[in-house]
Amino acid sequence: MLVPLSWLKEYVDINVDVDVLEEKLFSCGFEVEEKHEVGSDISGVVTGLVVSCEEIPGTHLHLCMVDTGANGTLQICCGADNVRAGGRYPVALEGATVYATAKDHKTVEGVMTIRAGKLRGYDSFGMLCSGTELGLTEDLYPGAGYNGLLELPEDTEPGMDVKPLLGLDDWIFDVSITANRPDCQSIFGLAREVSAALGTELKAPALDYTVNGNAVSFAVNVEAPDLCPRFTAHYVSDVVIKESPAWMKRRLALVGCQAISNIVDITNYVLKEMGQPMHAYDFSFLEGSEINVRRAGENEKIVTLDEKEITLNPNNLVICDKYRPVGLAGIMGGLNSEIKDDTKAVMFESAKFMRDNIRKSSRALGQSSDSSARFAKGVDEYTTVAAMKRALHLVGELGCGKVSETHFDVNTGNSIEPSPLSVSIKKVNGVLGIEVPEDEIVKIMDRLGFEPELSGDDLRLKIPAYREDMETYQDVAEEVIRMYGYEHIVPTFIPTAQVTSGGYDLKQKTELKIKNALCAQGAYEGVHYSFFSPSDLDLIRLPEDAEERKAIKLLNPITIDLSLMRTVLAPQMITSIARNQKNGILEGRIFEIGNRFIAKELPLKAYPDERPTLCIGIFGEKEDFFGLKGLCDTVADALDISFEYAVSEKTFLHPFRTADIICGGEKIGYLGQLKYEIARELDMRTDAYIAEMDLRSLEKYFGKERVFIPLPKYPVEKRDFSFVMDKDITCGEVEKTILEACDMITDIELFDIYEGIQLPPNKKSMAFSCVFTPKDEKLTDQMMEGYVNVILKALDEKLGIVLRF
Amino acid sequence: MTDLNELSQKLASIRQDIETELKEIADSKGIYEYRKTIMDGKAGKIGSLMREMGKIPKDLKAEYGKRVNEIKNWAQDVFDRADEKLKEQEMERRYASEKIDITLPAKKFKKGNLHPNTQVRMQLADIFGSMGFQIYEGTEIETDYYNFTALNTPQDHPARDMQDTFYLGPEFLLRTQTSAGQVHVMENQKPPIKIISPGKVFRSDDDATHSPMFSQMEGLVVDKGITLCDLKGMLDVFVKKIFGEDTKTRLRPSYFPFTEPSVEVDVSCFQCHGKGCRLCKGTGWIEVLGAGVVNKKVLEGCGIDSDIYSGIAFGIGIERIAMLKYGINNIKLLFESDLRVLSQIDD
Repeated sequence: MLVPLSWLKEYVDINVDVDVLEEKLFSCGFEVEEKHEVGSDISGVVTGLVVSCEEIPGTHLHLCMVDTGANGTLQICCGADNVRAGGRYPVALEGATVYATAKDHKTVEGVMTIRAGKLRGYDSFGMLCSGTELGLTEDLYPGAGYNGLLELPEDTEPGMDVKPLLGLDDWIFDVSITANRPDCQSIFGLAREVSAALGTELKAPALDYTVNGNAVSFAVNVEAPDLCPRFTAHYVSDVVIKESPAWMKRRLALVGCQAISNIVDITNYVLKEMGQPMHAYDFSFLEGSEINVRRAGENEKIVTLDEKEITLNPNNLVICDKYRPVGLAGIMGGLNSEIKDDTKAVMFESAKFMRDNIRKSSRALGQSSDSSARFAKGVDEYTTVAAMKRALHLVGELGCGKVSETHFDVNTGNSIEPSPLSVSIKKVNGVLGIEVPEDEIVKIMDRLGFEPELSGDDLRLKIPAYREDMETYQDVAEEVIRMYGYEHIVPTFIPTAQVTSGGYDLKQKTELKIKNALCAQGAYEGVHYSFFSPSDLDLIRLPEDAEERKAIKLLNPITIDLSLMRTVLAPQMITSIARNQKNGILEGRIFEIGNRFIAKELPLKAYPDERPTLCIGIFGEKEDFFGLKGLCDTVADALDISFEYAVSEKTFLHPFRTADIICGGEKIGYLGQLKYEIARELDMRTDAYIAEMDLRSLEKYFGKERVFIPLPKYPVEKRDFSFVMDKDITCGEVEKTILEACDMITDIELFDIYEGIQLPPNKKSMAFSCVFTPKDEKLTDQMMEGYVNVILKALDEKLGIVLRF
Repeated sequence: MTDLNELSQKLASIRQDIETELKEIADSKGIYEYRKTIMDGKAGKIGSLMREMGKIPKDLKAEYGKRVNEIKNWAQDVFDRADEKLKEQEMERRYASEKIDITLPAKKFKKGNLHPNTQVRMQLADIFGSMGFQIYEGTEIETDYYNFTALNTPQDHPARDMQDTFYLGPEFLLRTQTSAGQVHVMENQKPPIKIISPGKVFRSDDDATHSPMFSQMEGLVVDKGITLCDLKGMLDVFVKKIFGEDTKTRLRPSYFPFTEPSVEVDVSCFQCHGKGCRLCKGTGWIEVLGAGVVNKKVLEGCGIDSDIYSGIAFGIGIERIAMLKYGINNIKLLFESDLRVLSQIDD
């Protein structure tokens, strides 16, 4: 919220400089996001009196002698058409900074420093300035809009700094107001806080007005009190539409609001000053002498002030005359009842509309305004009523109409009187943990306008109706401490709390263990969004009826690309690998542990299953299927379990390099090489391999107890075998057969594969190293021979495998 | 051999031969071979001398044996010394031949590392875990009730505007804050409650400084007599551990519907130590988290008697801490699995 210091000062004495004021506001809960002096770029400009002014022949220039008071009388060349002897203008002295304008003399192009120079051979020691060159507009200072010199009042003494004179020494604060303080969404509202913080007097805006106009016959009905708990209206006749006075235009301009005409400006002024949106209807266009506040009909239409036709529905509140909508409640007036230059009578509206309804309508209809933004934050009925009085006062002050007796106040019975709140001082201090002295508390409450009365521990307050946030002792505690100062809070370390044991639970510990194990294998942990794109499902070639396509949809996604809760982690991993390759990173290992979201039914009626899932992606010349398989086994090792792998198929993986990961007979994931077509589609330069594992399925193995196996009493024996077999026999089959044949073998490892000219074309050789671990007796040569024979026999019988010689 | 003179001559000649021949030998292997030709019990010049004992007259035997042993010992000694010297030389040559360019690139096994978020999360979890906080992970998909209503943020509350929410249906949404987990814990656990709840949260905000998904960590303490001072004390400990022992905290008023009073917590800038720099935008302070005393309405909504118990809560942005700590300038970098980014942060 923009707050001009000069305007704020109208309601409260400010006896500190701007930095202290900022600090005070900050510490009582109002952060000044930015503050700047209105004329921060302007310096070295004084008032000047042109003593003599002569035309320079053959040019549009005048050679002037300018009295600048203590700065002397300076010779200045001037090209403006309104320069004349006896005129008083701002003079930029040598070294002054002002705005440089474009050829149109209107567009500001930057800040320039004034130097002495020569124009057409004539020395010039400064510059006479236009309003634009000082950053002023017509609204900010009368005459500043003129495309020539800014004329100063005739009684202006030469040599004075122009900044105070032109309001350039004013400050604008941009103050951030928290959502619990809608009452501070106005200059006066903030002034109340400043008064409390500084301990200086608060001067309320005048609310008195004189009834001098004639009443009319009119009716106001509120048919939707649930959306409009208070609606006040007042009739003003004999309206004369003209410009607002300079002071009002200037204030509106300082807060970024364009002056339009006296009646409209009054509504905007009251909004900024009091925080109550108001509206003025041209009375002659309110047909049937009545206003009805009701929900819109289905497909009912209104053309708003910005000349847009809006199609409404019963969720939208409208202000209607007898026949049609004349305003979109709280958001924007209707074009049909707009204030025009020839408007003769107006009906002012000051109402409270429910913030949620205004917010929703404003969003749904795509229509917003200062008013709707204000209503969405919440207005209070106290201010609704006060604002109308203020508007009527301003009508009188500006002399723009006659205030009648015709007044309506339709309400649902909410009081705008202060309500009592009684709290225990002990409880207030109990929240804070310090003992704020009673008299301090009373003083603070008094300054905030709560009219405190203390009796023992009981603090009785009167809560003004605009402080809707004040309900409990906790709210009082906050008021106390933000004024008393948070620096009084001393650190304690939950001295009263019971000892608790903390830390990770098993699931968290195990996940971390898996992550660390993967990191130790050269993999980096990544994090991807929990939502993804429908095109991600297409990327991995999922058929139309795939389970993964039954994804939970976001109703209001930012883009379609972030519109589905992910059901599979692979697509984002694949995209990340492609992105790394685009960046020239051609090898790497990435993993992610994140949730997949599986709905029990769509649309959602119950919490969906959020399944923690591990996805691993590796890529690069050095990587292959078995590297990825190694990472999967790393996970198994971390859990002290083992995985089996079975040939499988996936729509996005190599048809002959894909496997299911099986644990305890249950399929828990997959791994494989990314299809070349997809890699090419994403401009990948090296092959990629993807694995995914459902960690939920593995949870039952988390925390498996490690049991020490005593060392064998006798040394192990190691035997290497080289076998010849048909090419399509797998390593897994051989290992399984060997292990089944001999239970003395505790470890088996393939160390060589050979295919080639030394073997028949349909054969290959595989060499295994087997470790035999003795149980109760030393392994003798004889025993070993026996085991080997059993193994060889089994391999021969089951798979037709023979030893290679 | 009949007299000792002859023997003396013979032994002197052997001795001389050895001394001469030994000089010719260049390596330890040569010594070994040569030593064999001398010392071999059958054919060796010295080794074979003992075999001749039989031919020696009885009275000379003792002297003969003594002299042979002498030369034997002498030869052993000469050979040993020569061998030792040559071995030394050989080792020197070997070392010299194995000279390397120590500036060649190092061989490393590249280990990966945890995501910066995980690293921060672990640090936070370790700090709060040691203070007796349990770690509770809520769900990413929540109901409107737990995310808002139960946190004193009813349907028409203006605070709902503070967070743009992704909805999945009339009832379900993507949680906008980890505070959503608070209520589940308070409904299911009796005080004393001390939890932190880290996790992903979602807001409809996507620009240079906002990501639609980010992570928070909620902290909650509910017990008898918990006050704002405890909040300050607890957070003091936490920020010192994360940002350094000389870090100071500052509380200032703020607003969250579920806490009252609510505060923003600033820490003294750990880069300039309060002098003012770019990181702290010249203020000397950096905003790191929001906190407050749990609103009694929230406690009561969970069936906790606010006359007996009170609570404090805080919420930290994990990415914010990670970005501050490691100087990461763009939050989006954390969600792109860019190995150039991930490989830099190993804390």
